[in-house]
Amino acid sequence: MNVAELSTRMGWKAVAGARGLEREVRGGYCGDLLSDVMAKAPAGCLWLTVQGHLNIIAVALLREMAAVVVTSGREPDPDTARKAEEEGIPLFTSSETAFTLAGRLWELGIGRTEPA
Amino acid sequence: MASVTKRFPLRARDFLHAGEASIQVQAFLKTMRLDPGLIRRIAICSYEAEMNAVIHGGNGELEMTLAEDRIVIEVRDEGAGIADIELAMQPGYSTADETAREMGFGAGMGLPNMKTHADELELASAPGRGTRARMIFRRRPPQEKTP
Repeated sequence: MNVAELSTRMGWKAVAGARGLEREVRGGYCGDLLSDVMAKAPAGCLWLTVQGHLNIIAVALLREMAAVVVTSGREPDPDTARKAEEEGIPLFTSSETAFTLAGRLWELGIGRTEPA
Repeated sequence: MASVTKRFPLRARDFLHAGEASIQVQAFLKTMRLDPGLIRRIAICSYEAEMNAVIHGGNGELEMTLAEDRIVIEVRDEGAGIADIELAMQPGYSTADETAREMGFGAGMGLPNMKTHADELELASAPGRGTRARMIFRRRPPQEKTP
């Protein structure tokens, strides 16, 4: 499933990075410690995090992620949105927690059929 | 093939531009068609070393050398230095301040990540003398490292 379809089905609010909406989502990752995410997040994944500062875009780029969702009703910094737009990394927000979102994504088959 | 060296300046506490040197290194290595797994390991290490310099380091520089048989990432900074390298290498140990921790850094995973994902890691540091982290990645390792 690509980012556009998935984000619509999940009801996320799009913040920036529309250029990357066609990317295929290959797995997911939850994490707020950037070193953990850097080391473990699979390429092409969707990243669920409460971090909203600019460095999440650097991590998303370096890990070649499909998209980032800032969870739990948090708002990404304006700099983060600007950078996501510039780099074409789809950035969304959701009022739900990473736990709930991961459960719903799992039910949609994300992370189940593709190798992590 | 002659080796290629690229250098990127790093600025202390510049969280706005942190990571950009590593992103540029990664983009360059992709144009050189290196193995994706190797690029992934280099990106992890390069980013961790870059963030260490930004968080703890004072100003510094990231230098990448692409040679026929290896890639070398060296990050030098003019920061406070590390008094006890063995202690700093322990997973979970961190001296990052509250600002860095709130941003999701300072979990004490940076140096262990670098050690895990590089073929070789050399750390040279002393209090007040800055830190130099040099990481070597072999292009055709006898046994592919898959941590």
